[in-house]
Amino acid sequence: MAAVVDIDVLTAQLGINWSDVNLDSIQLPPGNDFGIESDDESVYQDDQSEFDTGFGNIIVVDHLPVVPKEKFEKLEGVVKKIYNQLGVIKENGLLMPVDPDTKMTLGYCFIEFNTPQEAQNAKEKSHGYKLDKSHIFAVNMFDDFDRLMNVKEEWEPPQERPYVPGENLQKWLTDDKARDQLVIRFGHDTEVYWNDARQKKPEPVHKRSYWTESYVQWSPIGTYLVTLHKQGAAVWGGADTFTRLMRYQHSMVKLVDFSPGEKYLVTYHSQEPSNPRDASKVEIKVFDVRTGRMMRDFKGSADEFSIGGPGGVAGASWPVFRWAGGKDDKYFAKLSKNTISVYETETFSLIDKKSMKVDNVVDICWSPTDSILSLFVPEQGGGNQPAKVALVQIPSKVELRQKNLFSVSDCKMYWQSSGEYLAVKVDRYTKTKKSTYSGFELFRIKERDIPIEVLELDNKNDKIIAFAWEPKGHRFAVIHGDQPRPDVSFYSMKTAQNTGRVSKLATLKAKQANALFWSPTGKYIILAGLKGFNGQLEFFNVDELETMATAEHFMATDIEWDPTGRYVATSVTTVHEMENGFTIWSFNGNMVYRILKDHFFQLAWRPRPASFLTAEKEEEIAKNLRNYSKRYEAEDQDVSLLLSEQDREKRRALNEEWQKWVMQWKSLHEEEKLVRQNLRDGEVSDVEEDEYEAKEVEFEDLIDVTEEIVQELM
Amino acid sequence: MTIECVNPEGLRFNQMKSSSHQTLETRMRPILMKGHERPLTFLRYNRNGDLLFSCAKDHTPTVWFADNGERLGTYRGHSGAVWCCDISRDSSRLITGSADQTAKLWDVKSGKELFTFKFGAPARSVDFSVGDHLAVITTDHFVGTSSAIHVKRIAEDPEDQVGDSVLVLQSPDGKKKINRAVWGPLNQTIVSGGEDAAIRIWDAETGKLLKQSDEEVGHKEAITSLCKAADDSHFLTGSHDKTAKLWDMRTLTLIKTYTTVVPVNAVAMSPLLNHVVLGGGQDASAVTTTDHRAGKFEAKFYDTILQEEIGGVKGHFGPINALAFSPDGKSFSSGGEDGYVRLHHFDSNYFNIKI
Repeated sequence: MAAVVDIDVLTAQLGINWSDVNLDSIQLPPGNDFGIESDDESVYQDDQSEFDTGFGNIIVVDHLPVVPKEKFEKLEGVVKKIYNQLGVIKENGLLMPVDPDTKMTLGYCFIEFNTPQEAQNAKEKSHGYKLDKSHIFAVNMFDDFDRLMNVKEEWEPPQERPYVPGENLQKWLTDDKARDQLVIRFGHDTEVYWNDARQKKPEPVHKRSYWTESYVQWSPIGTYLVTLHKQGAAVWGGADTFTRLMRYQHSMVKLVDFSPGEKYLVTYHSQEPSNPRDASKVEIKVFDVRTGRMMRDFKGSADEFSIGGPGGVAGASWPVFRWAGGKDDKYFAKLSKNTISVYETETFSLIDKKSMKVDNVVDICWSPTDSILSLFVPEQGGGNQPAKVALVQIPSKVELRQKNLFSVSDCKMYWQSSGEYLAVKVDRYTKTKKSTYSGFELFRIKERDIPIEVLELDNKNDKIIAFAWEPKGHRFAVIHGDQPRPDVSFYSMKTAQNTGRVSKLATLKAKQANALFWSPTGKYIILAGLKGFNGQLEFFNVDELETMATAEHFMATDIEWDPTGRYVATSVTTVHEMENGFTIWSFNGNMVYRILKDHFFQLAWRPRPASFLTAEKEEEIAKNLRNYSKRYEAEDQDVSLLLSEQDREKRRALNEEWQKWVMQWKSLHEEEKLVRQNLRDGEVSDVEEDEYEAKEVEFEDLIDVTEEIVQELM
Repeated sequence: MTIECVNPEGLRFNQMKSSSHQTLETRMRPILMKGHERPLTFLRYNRNGDLLFSCAKDHTPTVWFADNGERLGTYRGHSGAVWCCDISRDSSRLITGSADQTAKLWDVKSGKELFTFKFGAPARSVDFSVGDHLAVITTDHFVGTSSAIHVKRIAEDPEDQVGDSVLVLQSPDGKKKINRAVWGPLNQTIVSGGEDAAIRIWDAETGKLLKQSDEEVGHKEAITSLCKAADDSHFLTGSHDKTAKLWDMRTLTLIKTYTTVVPVNAVAMSPLLNHVVLGGGQDASAVTTTDHRAGKFEAKFYDTILQEEIGGVKGHFGPINALAFSPDGKSFSSGGEDGYVRLHHFDSNYFNIKI
């Protein structure tokens, strides 16, 4: 921090307005750092080498046969043939040096490609290429030679670094007011706040301009905040302020994803192809979050990372790698055409060294808690081969359950958050095949043999607009019917009378809703009408089946519950021009506060790790809530007293300050009275001001009178 | 003549953040004055508060009875949008500034045109000095000329009136409009604000620039309106940066800032209570593309001292371009892009607002 203070002083002396300076636009001349040490050395150097030498498109091929002059052209032809398949060799781009004495080749050559990408590709593809038994190619980038030459002959043990205790990464959980944090991004700024609902305002934690170059994301249990930059991704966190904990080099990273136990970070970068007919190039890296080590990288064309839509090239859908449930981060799966590749994180290789072949599989989904994979295969051969939903146990790859479905147009799978149920929404063709209708197949995962139940809506032609499981609960909500006033129904997998069957709890008719947001603790749900419905909100209690409140956040685009289910944030992001910002509501629909920010991009609550309390303990607390809440109620009261006290104090101060101005103005006005009179040719001038300052106001309430007359007439 | 009385839209006074949670619903009956065919640009009461003068983008400034909204007369002669006007203290003279590159002096009673000041550029704002012997007129930049502030002497007898400027001030950035210039206390200074977001105080005698608002605390975008207190001690500016700011007129000290959600086109200060009113709305070009609820075409009332919003008056279906308080503070009027002037007489609840 000291350095920053110095800079402030220095800039002040130089008359530079620090706030006007766009730090990103500053570029030091190469080779001169003005004595400022960059904290980005590694990245800095990498960039340098690429731009300075400019030989990134040259490769060096070793272990070529040594041939005499006569065979030179033949060898040249062979090499050209091999490498022309891997990229476009520049004109005169092949250089094979010859010993001036013996006229024999030296056993290596240089090849210059059109682009560094081609060179990289050629290097990867041809390294280890067997020309014949005794000539196995060793291919290197020309740029790597410097580095390789500098390797010391003798191994030096790396210096042991003293152990520095790390920061407490969980400190935010120890907030004595048990508040939650949230991050917002607007304009060029990214800011982290405490949601202080008692004070009815957010309390700043940390802010930075240009913190990220695209977006920010919390890790799944809230330890890290990840930012994206040109050079790669970085994670931030720590005790009090957000310090950078680790960097992951991946140039032009576009998307990131954490494993659920936040042990690994997956980064994604794709490069548009130079030729529009080619698929875009995709590079995915998996890092260990804590050490920053790259565990595995995957490169290939986008086709290899997607199932390929009907039109040929479909973009990869993010996340490409789906992580198995649970906090162990043991498995992740990738779906590509006709194959499911499941990797395990011990060696970062495929389970049993091979992918699973499943013809025409289009969707996979992990159970959120167990290593069970659900997959969907659509109908084949015009209905001869039925569609199929199957559950597969990993790593054994045993099929636990399978269900064939007929005349299906599409399926969508929804897991309940504790992995107890799987709901599959099945769209079936009607007999005429002209339209579709929807139903559900409900799997009870935790029961013996995994029974499946079929659920059809009361009116089975209803279109299904949204579906959501109650987190950790046994209920789910469905929006169905026709816009603009669809119905909302609640079902339970388990009621007191009916433990083994699904039953309907209630249907709410004609709601202006198109999205469902369950509280993370269950019981409460927000029926929201986003976008087309202008931000209608209905806060609903599913236990009592009653509406707690209705409200509107005009034009709201996003809704997110805080991780404890106490508050919920609705926001309007830049998709609309007007009224960007967010509103915080209590779980029962009271507006707590509202913040407006132009160019509002994103709001994200910091997630919390799962509670350590056992279910019994939680139940006990819920039972004796009265005793526990006493303490907090007292605190609440103190705060509100303090607030009104502060408020009064503030008002008093403002009033005093204002009175001071008024007094000053009055006395000056009095002083200038004569001069003013002269300016007005002697007219005594200040009459009107006296009138205006009259404290007592009399007025006639004419409107009342007229209303009475109207009544008489009627 | 058209005078319409519409169903009361009502005046909303919310009690935000206040400890005493009472809601005051007042049902003011606004008088809807339809006399202009184009968007309103400016409103001004005379000193007695019995007459209301309105300017619009049509070419005829109009005078109304401030009590019942009856149209009294029009001033015909301009051939362009009229941007601004001012009335002499004795309500005998009217000065108007127009896009037809002239400012005109009128006899209020007869509606007769007395004199025409010709400029090579549209006249944007006009203001009579204390004593009405001088007037300050601002002109826009135009082909070959840059925006400027002109001081003219106003003759007692219109026969003696001449068009020469006593003083001409050039704005530092001649490409930016000066949207408003008014006289400071005792005609010693001229206060101006415009598109370059800076407020400047000039010496009215020598034309020297005395003060300029600090970039840090000042407005960030174009200043659209400026309204001064009756005793010339302080003034309020409204800006496209969605704020209005209250300044000391002698020292140019920033005293208060009022923040709203839409660009501010018009401001007014109550001479009676510690209230300021801001009017505005989204850009006229975006009005038709959005829901009327998104536009926020409300005149918003703020507590002058606490800087907190206390209520708003709805009704216009376009941005508000002009606001004025009657000198007794018991009524106010607003003029909109929709071409209407809405005249509101406050009822008892307004005077009992406590926050």
